Amino acid sequence: MSTVAGSFPGGLVLNGHKKRSTETPIRKTPLSKKLILPLQQHIGAESIPIVSVGDKVLKGQKIAKADGHVSVYLHAPSSGTISAIDEQPIPHPSGLSALCITIETDGLDTWIEHHPIADYTQLSEHDIRQHVREAGIVGLGGAGFPSFIKLNPGVHHHVETLIINGVECEPYITCDDMLMRERADGILDGIEIINFALRVKHCVIAIEDNKPKAISTMELALAARPELIDTTIMAVPTRYPAGSEKQLIQVVTGKQVPSHGLPIDIGIVCHNVGTAYAIGRAIKHGEPLISRIVTVTGTDVKHAGNFETLFGTPMHELLAFCETTREPNAPFILGGPMMGYNLSGDNLPVTKTANCILVGVDAAAPAEKPLPCIRCGECATACPASLLPQQLYWYARDKDLEKTRQYNLFDCIECGCCSYVCPSKIPLVHYFRFAKTETMNQQLEAAKSDQARIRHENRLARQELEQQEKEERQRQRKLALAASQAAKQKQEQAAQSPSDGSES
Amino acid sequence: MFTAIIAITVMALIFGLLLGFASIRFKVEGDPIADQIDKILPQTQCGQCSFAGCRPYAEAIAAGEADINRCPPGGEATIQALAELLEVEPKPLDEACGVEKPKTLAVIDEDRCIGCTLCIQACPVDAILGSAKHMHTVIASECTGCELCLPPCPVDCIDMVETKQNPNTWRWPDPDHVDIQLGDRS
Ligand code: SF4
Ligand code: SF4
Ligand code: SF4
Ligand code: SF4
Ligand code: SF4
Repeated sequence: MSTVAGSFPGGLVLNGHKKRSTETPIRKTPLSKKLILPLQQHIGAESIPIVSVGDKVLKGQKIAKADGHVSVYLHAPSSGTISAIDEQPIPHPSGLSALCITIETDGLDTWIEHHPIADYTQLSEHDIRQHVREAGIVGLGGAGFPSFIKLNPGVHHHVETLIINGVECEPYITCDDMLMRERADGILDGIEIINFALRVKHCVIAIEDNKPKAISTMELALAARPELIDTTIMAVPTRYPAGSEKQLIQVVTGKQVPSHGLPIDIGIVCHNVGTAYAIGRAIKHGEPLISRIVTVTGTDVKHAGNFETLFGTPMHELLAFCETTREPNAPFILGGPMMGYNLSGDNLPVTKTANCILVGVDAAAPAEKPLPCIRCGECATACPASLLPQQLYWYARDKDLEKTRQYNLFDCIECGCCSYVCPSKIPLVHYFRFAKTETMNQQLEAAKSDQARIRHENRLARQELEQQEKEERQRQRKLALAASQAAKQKQEQAAQSPSDGSES
Repeated sequence: MFTAIIAITVMALIFGLLLGFASIRFKVEGDPIADQIDKILPQTQCGQCSFAGCRPYAEAIAAGEADINRCPPGGEATIQALAELLEVEPKPLDEACGVEKPKTLAVIDEDRCIGCTLCIQACPVDAILGSAKHMHTVIASECTGCELCLPPCPVDCIDMVETKQNPNTWRWPDPDHVDIQLGDRS
């Protein structure tokens, strides 16, 4: 057990509400007749389908390939027939649809032949990354960033510390807690592989101190592994949002990731416990990522708990399995009460980043109409990223996006602490999300119009070149014509005066 | 969430590099005001402003020969930005040039296309692919929606469709205009 090296500013001590969903072991969600798989369940480019409607697929078979570097593969979570490749509603705050592959399952759940790797130390780092990528693994803690990229420190960096994030600081969510309690060995398998791929000096498994069972199970499992001599467990004080990457790094190492910087810049890489487990399964058992553990809880859920659920399972089936009292199509929260968002729609599928579904939980931010800001400064005190939320709010309201950037809007982790403490009940995070997506969109538009300008200029340049070439050809032709005419004239002249014709 | 930002930053960086490179290669002898104006114009290259593209219009504005309210694709926002840059009063879009419309994208009905290549010759940003007698296709990511390919097509097989919002271009609504409901994760 190692001790904490620092702390982060602000943050909140919240009621965990974690008991109900940890009273029963992880259960398997029954196989659905239909699995709907969005092609983008990760940050980066949408995957490209490699199957067609009508194809028979086996469990674990690749159905979409990565598109470009920041992208991953997608697999069939069960055996069956591809019944559609079309736009379906996806679990996204916009409520929009996106391209999905739908599988009509055959109920047999027949695995494709898969290839476990007995000794990962025989693989190169590159091979490990490739396996992880082809297994479709993305960060399971929430964001869904392709994991293989975080297994590659790049030539200029070396990794001092690997942090395995088992903090799970947001209220209600317990999927990582249960995973650590029940599958500690599987997590350690993954950690061994990550350690090896990154050539890590030492590794810290960080767990919030409100999870004593997870801590003791992990300690026990770790003690039995001489290979993991440089790996320790750290109980971090329970304070939201300790599980957020930059904040956790401050707690574990005392170091601060620079604004606009990445953890790797200071020699640190973080992976979530669920991700480590998935990497272990992928290498040691040859199993791609086709399911995850989802917490389902809330006052309207009869059998709260954690459910190992195949990707693509319609959420209403999972909710029905837990016997919620929810009306069809009534809204629920995906994620926790602080950072999650409202969804409605029965057929939304469980995806790689779906960690928790809350039914009958009031969101942290209250409902009343916001009052004017009284400049009390509570929000700044609570902000774990040392931002000035009231200033940001001011500029976001004014749509002065330039100013919000200067006030480090993009360092905001959208944790919701500021909104939570605001006595005027101003939905601060909402403003920041708005300002962020607005900024990103403007940048995208600007990049697009710059591209159009270049293409237009290229075209003009090409047309000018063509014009020049045409003129050049015409000139040549004229010259040639003139020359041949001159020659002809000469000939004619010669013919007219045959007396001196022998000279030429 | 910040991984999203990283992805965007990386993208911005790549675009930035590309542009830096392009600006070295294609630098037209610099009139800084015209450059700044051109930067604001949407680069649709549609000619509705009555100039042969955005750059000539920018130069005309810089020279004081054209008003700032002649670009329909840019609409209100562009006029606002131009007014700010040039420190003049914004004015409503000149209706004679056109009206502000939702963004569109050209789509060729490939079954009807006879492969005459006339649209290729009209497209200001080379967004159409195809060779003589073969069907033609629009590269969706490059099309600016300028509609210049429509008139030359002899069989009328090009349609303008509204570009749809997708989850990646979607924006969180401005909280000033929505009622925050119970359970809305603000
Ligand atoms: S907590 Fe609310 S009222 Fe206080 S300064 Fe921040 S935004 Fe204003
Ligand atoms: S949501 Fe952003 S501004 Fe508000 S407390 Fe969290 S990091 Fe700070
Ligand atoms: S109307 Fe606007 S978009 Fe069209 S060419 Fe003129 S400046 Fe460019
Ligand atoms: S394809 Fe048509 S609408 Fe699109 S940029 Fe080219 S000419 Fe304009
Ligand atoms: S102008 Fe019309 S018919 Fe001719 S190539 Fe273009 S799309 Fe096809």
